[in-house]
Amino acid sequence: MANKILVAPAPHVHSPQSTQSLMRDVLVALIPALAVSTMVYGLDVLKVTAIAVISCILIEYLIQKFLLGGKTTISNLSAVVTGVLLAFNLPANIPWWIIVIGAVVAIGVGKMTFGGLGRNPFNPALVGRVFLLIAYPVQMTSFPQPTMNGYVDALSGATPLAAVKAAAEKADGAISLANIDLLNMFSGAMPGSLGEIAAMALLVGGIYLLWRKVITWHIPVSILFTMALFAFVVALVQGGDAALLYELPAFHLVAGGAMLGAIFMATDYVTSPMTGKGMIIYGIGIGAITMIIRLWGAYPEGMSFAILLMNSVTPLIDKYVKPKRFGITSKK
Amino acid sequence: MKTFPIGGVHPSDNKKWSNTKQTEVLALPDVVNIPLGQHIGAPATAKVAKGDKVLTGQLIAEATGFMSANIHSPISGTVTAVDMQPNGQGLRQMMITIKREGDEWMPEIDRTAEIKRECKLEGAEIIAKIKDAGIVGMGGATFPTHVKLSIPNGCKAEYLIINGVECEPYLTSDHRTMLERGEELLIGVEILKKALNVEKAVIGIENNKPDAIEHLQRLAKEKKFAVKIEPLKVQYPQGGEKQLIAAITGRQVPPPPGLPIHVGAVVCNASTTVAIYEAVQKNKPLIERVVTITGQQMKEPRNLLTRMGTPISTLIEMAGGLPEGDIKVVNGGPMMGRAMVNLDSPVTKGCSGVTVFAGQAASRVEADTCIKCAKCVSACPMGLEPYLIFRLAHKQMWDRVEDEQITSCIECGCCQYSCPAGLPLLDFVRLSKQTVMGIIRARAAANAPQK
Amino acid sequence: MTVLLFTILTLSVLGILSAVILYFVAKKFNVEEDPRIDDVEKMLPGANCGGCGFAGCRAMAEAMVREDDISSLFCPVGGGDCMKQIAAYLGKVAPEKEPTVATVRCGGVCAKRPRTNTYNGAKSCAVASSFYVGETACAFGCLGYGDCVEACAFDAIKVNPETGIAEVDADKCTACGACVKACPKNIIELRKKWPKNRAVFVSCVSKDKGAVTMKACKAGCIACGKCAKVCAFDAITIENGVAYIDSQKCKLCRKCVNECPTGAIVLRGMEPLPKEPKAPAAKPAEKAATPVAKPVEAVAEKPAVAEQKTEINNEQK
Repeated sequence: MANKILVAPAPHVHSPQSTQSLMRDVLVALIPALAVSTMVYGLDVLKVTAIAVISCILIEYLIQKFLLGGKTTISNLSAVVTGVLLAFNLPANIPWWIIVIGAVVAIGVGKMTFGGLGRNPFNPALVGRVFLLIAYPVQMTSFPQPTMNGYVDALSGATPLAAVKAAAEKADGAISLANIDLLNMFSGAMPGSLGEIAAMALLVGGIYLLWRKVITWHIPVSILFTMALFAFVVALVQGGDAALLYELPAFHLVAGGAMLGAIFMATDYVTSPMTGKGMIIYGIGIGAITMIIRLWGAYPEGMSFAILLMNSVTPLIDKYVKPKRFGITSKK
Repeated sequence: MKTFPIGGVHPSDNKKWSNTKQTEVLALPDVVNIPLGQHIGAPATAKVAKGDKVLTGQLIAEATGFMSANIHSPISGTVTAVDMQPNGQGLRQMMITIKREGDEWMPEIDRTAEIKRECKLEGAEIIAKIKDAGIVGMGGATFPTHVKLSIPNGCKAEYLIINGVECEPYLTSDHRTMLERGEELLIGVEILKKALNVEKAVIGIENNKPDAIEHLQRLAKEKKFAVKIEPLKVQYPQGGEKQLIAAITGRQVPPPPGLPIHVGAVVCNASTTVAIYEAVQKNKPLIERVVTITGQQMKEPRNLLTRMGTPISTLIEMAGGLPEGDIKVVNGGPMMGRAMVNLDSPVTKGCSGVTVFAGQAASRVEADTCIKCAKCVSACPMGLEPYLIFRLAHKQMWDRVEDEQITSCIECGCCQYSCPAGLPLLDFVRLSKQTVMGIIRARAAANAPQK
Repeated sequence: MTVLLFTILTLSVLGILSAVILYFVAKKFNVEEDPRIDDVEKMLPGANCGGCGFAGCRAMAEAMVREDDISSLFCPVGGGDCMKQIAAYLGKVAPEKEPTVATVRCGGVCAKRPRTNTYNGAKSCAVASSFYVGETACAFGCLGYGDCVEACAFDAIKVNPETGIAEVDADKCTACGACVKACPKNIIELRKKWPKNRAVFVSCVSKDKGAVTMKACKAGCIACGKCAKVCAFDAITIENGVAYIDSQKCKLCRKCVNECPTGAIVLRGMEPLPKEPKAPAAKPAEKAATPVAKPVEAVAEKPAVAEQKTEINNEQK
């Protein structure tokens, strides 16, 4: 017989999804946010993103080639995703060498030290970001003021979160959103890291990921819901302005890295729990920690820290939260 | 529309190549090999020896104990050997080889086309007839039907569920049987209801077979059969016994040793129900079945009424022969079927189809590293964590694997199907299950004498 | 200046305080342990391979100190010398065991055992063997996916890519038995280790009938019985369609090697006997090659393999 007979145990068909296709879908989902950001901050956005992506790929390649040995895994696009996400967490006017340092930390320390994709306990892009935030606080927190056609370098603006926090501190903790235009923030016209400003575009990307079945609803919804609930309770306790009851939750959902974190960073496969129930616990944790840091912490934004903290809890969640087994009915 | 509660995947069903093809009767084979073990349980004991003359439908091997099944000769002729022969996986099994001479049937078998609806037999008599006819589950699990119908003490059957789901992609033999032999199927349901003494009978059919749903609904209405035809949302593995019960009744069978009867359900495959009709009303033992021969590269996919023991290579010839290049021939469907090395191995009672993959589709995707995407966890219809079992199996931590309820696994393949890294999850999950079952058996054996 | 002083002072006080606490805690929670356990553990090879049946070298050391009769404990890696040293230290009688070596009993190299299909599943002998016959028509032979290689802690077993069969490096092999347990086909056996790695064994475990074996593999044992007839030491038995040489009885006379029609009996580390004169030439070589008197019986007899298998199951519960 001229045929070569292949033999393998069942199943003999495979879903069209592969690691590469999943990563590609994430990249596609990030395009709207990148586009809005480019419109707001100009071509510098693309420059920062390109530098971050290229350094991430290069570092992963070099480490695999010279330190670890074995085959390189650039083709699965995970380094590209890390690069884009790292860039999304940086200001548009950041010097190029800081980006490279961030990439070295993200890939080198955050990912490859643990054995590469699938083994890292923390989200690599966030490891890079938080490292830079602590090492270069000035460069990382002075955001250019967006002007809708490029930005004016001299005018560095405070992010809405920082502005509201500073105002609240002056007013003895009374939160006011008097100078905030929520609609502008939703569409991307606010100072911030280049990927986090466009809540609307990020939401579009999130819907695409849900539709492509790349992520499930559990993590984003539980994070955003927890944050909104938290903000609502805070507004309720503060009393006074009735409009604050819905404005404050809305503000916290669109401000800072809430959308980027909830949809793209916290849903990172490797560092999030495996079960639906676990994902919800993880999401609630992130939402609550973020709000605690935002309202009472030293930093105006706490998304990155919250995600990293919950990343460290993920193995514990996986150990104790089991999926609902078929045929086991609770005896309550 | 109903479906089962946990997990599941949606592979493309690819039934279009054969679901409109009328069942054809395959020419009688010249030589057949009949394995003695083609069902779950003890292999049958051969009742014939080399040189014996047998008639079509004659008992040639008798059930060894209760958990076993009779086997009948599918052709008339001379027994030429009772010996070890390689099966589809190349492993040697005891088989009876018969050389055909004409086609002379046992006289008591009613071969007319007349449909007999009336059945005056008592429940126990019906079950005895089913046992005599050697009927086993024809969906692939090959569980002896008389065992399933014998309700243990303390249990009561409430639902009779007929499995017309055929969730396995590519295969269409149940689909064609439901369309072409609808009335026999419905009479079979009546017989089973009587045997089990149940009121409620439901035929579960996935929604990708609208013609079968419509046909059976019309027949049931016209001829006044008390049976409900339940369309189900398409989702694999709906045809799994536990999944089907959960989809139709909402009840979940407890983990092993829990059985369907513990939630009051008895499930029977559609083709098996037709075979039951033939056994009870026509005295015809299980000696032939409809086999789908299909595959994307096959020239002519078909549904063939095939005598047991026919070499699978004959079916492949009928479908236009094997395509060139790399091939994988699967006995069964793509999700649970077994890949074959010996294409001359025989069609058995559980062989609902033969699927041929060629070229790229014959190979597995290359395995990458686990990225903990949790797709296997959400796909698992039993609520297990395949990624974890996979890892524990590599470390041979069998006690941990047992704690993770590996024995619940139904080996449906959803985990491996959905894994984007292409990991051989089920290979190791299945190995774990076998190992743990062995450990449990050894423990039971060690504990038994002390009591 | 005061700040500096204060800092130094506080830290010093803290340090002293912690030291005192630690001292009392250590006293209170001190676990009395036989110091000999540490010494014995140091004498053991420290491979933690589990070849002795314990979880690791520490557990073995504990057992050796605890038990009065240590004759049933044996570290295959350290071997007789190591056991003697430990026994002398503990003042107990040293367990004795003849050195053994893992032996792969399959000669179905690619040239002699044609491939009938290509395996595309997980690269694991256990997975493949639980699924089907294997890439050849022989259901008993080496699959070559390397479960034994993975089990070996000493880098002593490798799958030869040319033959597709696992090969043991007898110098590195410590006879810990990990590969024996790992092999789903029960091909690997611990056999008596002769000097210079000499060995005579039947390199086939196929229980198929002769004709079936021949068809699947030209190097298979067909259980013709010629070897058993020629053996002067009653070392060869034919059971279940395969010949077996008891390495305890075998004197390496090599007569059987010449008798075997399929070449299933393999000779290692020695020249084969000349073909023509059968009896006389054998004598001197045989004497030269029988150095040790055997002290313990039943080390690597055939049933021992099966017993080891059941032991694994018991352990893993």
